[in-house]
Amino acid sequence: MNQDATADKALFGFWVYLMTDLIVFAVLFATYAVMRNSAFGGPGGDALFRLRDVFVETLILLTSSFTCGLAMHAVRRSDRRLASAWLAATAILGLAFIGLELREFSALIASGNGPGRSAFLSAFFTLVGTHGLHIAAGLLWMAVSLFQIRLRGLSPAVVSRLSRLALFWHFLDLIWIFIFSFVYLTGIAL
Amino acid sequence: MKNTPSSIAFSAAGYALSLVLTLAAFGLTYLHIRAAHLFIPHYVLIPAILGLALLQFAAQLFFFLGFGRRGAPRWERPAFALTFGLVLIIIAGSVWIMSHLNYNMTPGQVSRYLEAQQGGF
Repeated sequence: MNQDATADKALFGFWVYLMTDLIVFAVLFATYAVMRNSAFGGPGGDALFRLRDVFVETLILLTSSFTCGLAMHAVRRSDRRLASAWLAATAILGLAFIGLELREFSALIASGNGPGRSAFLSAFFTLVGTHGLHIAAGLLWMAVSLFQIRLRGLSPAVVSRLSRLALFWHFLDLIWIFIFSFVYLTGIAL
Repeated sequence: MKNTPSSIAFSAAGYALSLVLTLAAFGLTYLHIRAAHLFIPHYVLIPAILGLALLQFAAQLFFFLGFGRRGAPRWERPAFALTFGLVLIIIAGSVWIMSHLNYNMTPGQVSRYLEAQQGGF
């Protein structure tokens, strides 16, 4: 089988994974939508979410999605150094994002508003935490990819994997659009 | 590489558009809480925020994931359409059922609950 047909199959398989992952997130969003007003007498989203923090997180993740695209442009031009540099920039932005999210989570837990506080907070931590876990997995994947580029250069197999990593990273930013809009912004506005 | 769109300008356009849509959504929310929740009615603001999210979703799907580009595999659109349908059923269905739950439980229990909450049906 030639390289192109293999890459097409791998792309199809990965697309199927992304679509099923989308359904996982849909279920978590549905749960959150149902539970969002069940604060059990505790604080709701308007008291707990901070607009500025979410804004910074959103800008960081959006920018990382763009730098990931720039990395893929460098890959297509077979520019190994530039590809590694943009991928490293993406990973640093991803780390900053996960750092801010962990800070938010630990502040919530420290103030007694952990996932056990109410149905609303259980749904919130599950939804946003699942997205954060995906980001962490993407960061691990990026670290492995950076090593592969170093060791093997931009071989067809490495390029094929990088294209799926880029799809994955863009996908996580797509999910974040709905998290910041539906969970945070409407939570703060209402 | 045929999996992703080809020019940097294309990605930059997607980034700029996403930034504008993000700023609009956050800006609306910011003005709203600054005006003590009286900036615009909630029944306008919430659909506006969700509408901006859908627009940004479409923009990133097109500009970043290269969805619907020329030469895309044949399975791309049907696979996505099917998933989108399932997502709509899961979310809209859950919200619809759960929001009607109060009105569809054991009769005596329901009327007592609703009387206490809102003075009857």
